[in-house]
Amino acid sequence: MTSDGLFDALPETDAGTLARLHDRVVAAATADGLLDVAYRTVPSPVGELLLAATEDGLVRVAFGASEQVLASLAERISPRVLHAPGRLDGVARQLDEYFAGRRTSFELAVDRRLSRGFRRTVLARLAEVGYGRTASYAQLAAAAGSPRAVRAVGTACATNPLPIVVPCHRVVRSDGSAGGYVGGAEAKRTLLTLETTGSE
Amino acid sequence: MRPFEQIVAEHGAVVLRVCRAVLGPVDAEDAWSETFLAALRAYPELDEHANVQAWLVTIAHRKAIDATRARARRPNPVEQVPERPAHRGRPEDWDGDLWEALAALPDKQRTAVAYHHLAGLPYAEIAAITGGSTDAARRAAADGIRALRRSYPASGGGTR
Repeated sequence: MTSDGLFDALPETDAGTLARLHDRVVAAATADGLLDVAYRTVPSPVGELLLAATEDGLVRVAFGASEQVLASLAERISPRVLHAPGRLDGVARQLDEYFAGRRTSFELAVDRRLSRGFRRTVLARLAEVGYGRTASYAQLAAAAGSPRAVRAVGTACATNPLPIVVPCHRVVRSDGSAGGYVGGAEAKRTLLTLETTGSE
Repeated sequence: MRPFEQIVAEHGAVVLRVCRAVLGPVDAEDAWSETFLAALRAYPELDEHANVQAWLVTIAHRKAIDATRARARRPNPVEQVPERPAHRGRPEDWDGDLWEALAALPDKQRTAVAYHHLAGLPYAEIAAITGGSTDAARRAAADGIRALRRSYPASGGGTR
């Protein structure tokens, strides 16, 4: 015996209720310390950004392709990943201010667990390259204590888990040209232009 | 392992339908939230090859038992189902007659109907969740559907 038609009166989907219940789970999970990775997306002049935070702080900023990024976070940090914009409200606000030219540095709790070894050293050195300035890959290699590791510096920048916040866009070629960027050449140009024209 | 958000997105609606069928529209929301919170807690230890939907229904089943016990302890039952025609889309537009017909079924039949016809689980999975044999689960679902066919259109009356 089948149930053809018997349950037609039940709502098929109920997006509003599910969204409300999802929020309840996020709140309870946060209270119970079960929300290992919270994420949200935000629009920006360099395209949609995905932001993710652990309980320790911002752990990932990503350009596009959020599904792959989330899969990788589930793999590398924890599969307890939920869309939970609230934890990232502060980050979103600071990014807004940055893109509006009203903020020149970020004051955020940052979780650096996705960077290891030399790459982590390089990314830590990036904090010394101030807003509106640039450094060459070679200068950064020297600052990181390995003057010959120019290529490794390039790799560190290309795999930076926290672009924009950790300003790898300020690293350019020795000849002054912009060089590659994790978010694409145009995004790098946009950010450098913002920092030279937006700061006064 | 997939991000838990994908598990919620993929199975949230079905689990909500199952919770509503088993518990009614009011208690279903608590059961749903508790189910996904418990699932989130246990998720990292879940076998990669597990049937996620059966796993979620198993948790929901336990939460439903808890909710039923809590309801039995409550001094004043609050179940009030408005009498009005069914529409699609909103939980408050839930068909009161269908809920009454489901609520009137014995537990075994109601859960077997919900888990098989709403969640699409095979009878062997249902037997594992509710206890008893596969045949008993199949009989309970068939008996439940037969009883619903008798009581539900009759209580509603007319066309829908």
